[in-house]
Amino acid sequence: MRDKEMTTPEIRIAEAGTTGTRPLLEIRDLAITFKTSGGEVQAVRDAHLTIMPGETVAIVGESGSGKSTTALAAIGLLPSNGRVSGGQILLDGEDIAHAPEKRMIELRGNTIGMVPQDPMSNLNPVWKIGYQVRETLRANGQPSGPDDVAKVLSEAGLPDAHRRAKQYPHEFSGGMRQRALIAIGLSCQPRLLIADEPTSALDVTVQRQILDHLDTMTTDLGTAVLLITHDLGLAAERADKVVVMYQGRVVEAGPSLELLQNPQHPYTRRLVESAPSLASRRIQAAREQGVEAADLLAPAAEPAAADNVLQIQDLRKVYKLRQGLGKSSDFAAVDGVSFDVKRGTTTAIVGESGSGKSTVAKMVLQLEKPTEGRILFDGVDTSALKPGDLFKFRRRVQPIFQDPYGSLDPMYNIFRTIEEPLRVHKIGNKESREKKVRELLDQVALPQSAMQRYPNELSGGQRQRVAIARALALDPEVIICDEAVSALDVLVQAQVLNLLADLQANLGLTYLFITHDLAVVRQIADHVCVMEKGRLVETGSTDNVFESPEQDYTKALLNAIPGAKLMLPPEVA
Amino acid sequence: MVRFILRRLLQVIPVFLGTTLLVYYMVFALPGDPIAALFGDRQPPQAVIDTLRSQYHLNEPFWVQYGLFLKNLFTFNLGNDFTGQPIAASLARVFPVTAMLAIEALAIQAVFGVAFGVFAGLRRGGWFDSTVLVASLVVIAVPTFVLGFVFQLVFGVQLGWAKPTVGANADWGSLLLPAVVLGLVSFAYVLRLTRTSVSENMNADYVRTATAKGLSRPRVVLAHILRNSLIPVVTYLGANLGGLMGGAIVTEGIFNVPGVGNKLYQAVLRSEGPTIVSIVSVLVLVFVVANLLVDLLYAWLDPRIRYDQ
Repeated sequence: MRDKEMTTPEIRIAEAGTTGTRPLLEIRDLAITFKTSGGEVQAVRDAHLTIMPGETVAIVGESGSGKSTTALAAIGLLPSNGRVSGGQILLDGEDIAHAPEKRMIELRGNTIGMVPQDPMSNLNPVWKIGYQVRETLRANGQPSGPDDVAKVLSEAGLPDAHRRAKQYPHEFSGGMRQRALIAIGLSCQPRLLIADEPTSALDVTVQRQILDHLDTMTTDLGTAVLLITHDLGLAAERADKVVVMYQGRVVEAGPSLELLQNPQHPYTRRLVESAPSLASRRIQAAREQGVEAADLLAPAAEPAAADNVLQIQDLRKVYKLRQGLGKSSDFAAVDGVSFDVKRGTTTAIVGESGSGKSTVAKMVLQLEKPTEGRILFDGVDTSALKPGDLFKFRRRVQPIFQDPYGSLDPMYNIFRTIEEPLRVHKIGNKESREKKVRELLDQVALPQSAMQRYPNELSGGQRQRVAIARALALDPEVIICDEAVSALDVLVQAQVLNLLADLQANLGLTYLFITHDLAVVRQIADHVCVMEKGRLVETGSTDNVFESPEQDYTKALLNAIPGAKLMLPPEVA
Repeated sequence: MVRFILRRLLQVIPVFLGTTLLVYYMVFALPGDPIAALFGDRQPPQAVIDTLRSQYHLNEPFWVQYGLFLKNLFTFNLGNDFTGQPIAASLARVFPVTAMLAIEALAIQAVFGVAFGVFAGLRRGGWFDSTVLVASLVVIAVPTFVLGFVFQLVFGVQLGWAKPTVGANADWGSLLLPAVVLGLVSFAYVLRLTRTSVSENMNADYVRTATAKGLSRPRVVLAHILRNSLIPVVTYLGANLGGLMGGAIVTEGIFNVPGVGNKLYQAVLRSEGPTIVSIVSVLVLVFVVANLLVDLLYAWLDPRIRYDQ
């Protein structure tokens, strides 16, 4: 997309004839309001951006910043309670902000295409993939025979397209579905493609492949792209220009690198600082305390008493897959994994979905029984624990899960949620438990007034703080974080990671951090275990693994981090 | 798929044995002597009573009676009822009438319920939606016997649009009014179910994507909203078919329809075990087949459901 050279001369001539150097899309002073039960809410105000033909422009911002709303307005797909309340959306000079639905149906598909965010929910589960491509071609007056459908799918990188077209979405993996959606979005050669977080639901390596392919295709077709993302690194890497939105306003816009290297607006600066780039947060935090980086880079003198609180030995977990007629085959989700976790440190297990990292976490938490191998906690084999000892073990090892929406009981208020483990383990009396809950809320920087609130009245970041407070209630020694920050916006993510680091420093906690996000690993972990298809392929200190990865798989994972190849000035990184 | 159907049909056997046993036992345990009831106020000679009792095996223990019933059933000889009529013949008279009534009611529910539901769901909160919601609430709240008599009076007697009662020669036309009454309550449920399902699916991501592809509004509604919304509705309709076949006692009574409900009611009054159990057996079969059809329709509507694994 960076490369503005178009390889298809006809398109170029046609465009030059009709548009010259006029912008393809120009948004001027756009305002969008939503009607809610609490009255009108202005979601976007004074938004402006310009996209030239063939250019890629990214809108960056956190959720609720108005970035998706702005993009949806450009294709006339605002939710039914939203409307454009001011300004213009000029497509090739024509104001389409209030265009009649008939005109928008003409434009959608063949002039403006869209690749939506979540590949799991954006294909209709009851129609074959081929059908969903064909109806797009047909609605836009393109040839729509089986060969045309197969051509569109194979151009989007789906192998064996004729056969694939006859399959249903649930028979596709996430990456394949996203390719099908890209095929649909580009099938009628639109001049503008709106890509709304097209890869945020995918693994990093798949994400890279998909974005590379999207780059190639849009470059070949000369398509302009409006890329919506919350990831500044990804935006800077993929787009010519970046527009930063914050609370419904465009706060900054400019060429990608310039904006990244010299952010003007305070919000952009915060975004750049907390972008999970390759900066090591451990060094940053230390610098704030006045410690010289050089001191830190020297191998930290290990405390003499540093012992292994967890020892994982030859862990193996085999699931039986049913194959009908009573037959079954073995599937090793975890295969011969061994590593140690030192007390007071953070060990991260990284890998893509399906690599077995969460299964390891479940076995350490004693939620799944290992098929083979041992898990030693403080030198004691956990598989030999009697029910009473297991109860005590649970007090010392606590989890924090990925989804703060799903892991808090919506019917429990915050006080009851945090107090519950204390009650279950019969610790203290009513007064002392309430005092403890207040302390915990202080520790996770939540106001005490939050005690009487319910989970649905809190933001995602606040809920994850509640989950942390609940995990801390029993004064555990080890906390297992299973994708604990993956569902959070970048800035909130940075706050929660800081909180976890502070708690570790103050309470001497040990973390086992399960994540697919290597940038997060770099920020928080001392040791890294890289898992692929159930096996441990590489392990070592975080610095070693990041600076000199030995395995190809690790290198691929590292390369796939958005923004990994961007060179930032040292004061930013 | 064939294996799935076979397996489902095999399940009929235990279901069938269980229901008939239960129903037969309940009739057996009913207080009162059916023979005495047969003669009303007159006191028949003891010899007649004894002959009748032995003719209908009423002196045998429960298991023998049930065994004889099963034996008759599998030799396709259902025997006679207490008035001396062959049970098979009277079943053959009443089931087609009720089947016509049920199919007519089901068609009314399905066609109007889905159509009204789609329009209400697409414009949720609009005037049509609000009107239809209130009206359907009224229909659900008013009992069938009230609704039946009101319809009979207004459309049958005062306006003269339809025959107020059906009588012996039931045909599609004369069954229309009872079918409307019978279908109305479920029509209200189908409407509300469709409406909720449609307005949920309208906000689905794939519907937005379909619109973004440049499809026209009717295509989006038909191909992407309606088909996905029908899945819960089909379940309800299928389960309802069995209910319509067996549960029309009140409606059949009001409109004097010579159907299953009437027959069953009379048989219960006379404690005629064999007739009751015969009717129930056929209803069990109808239920099982209707549910099987629903499951097959399900798989057709939602390809994620596969039965052969």
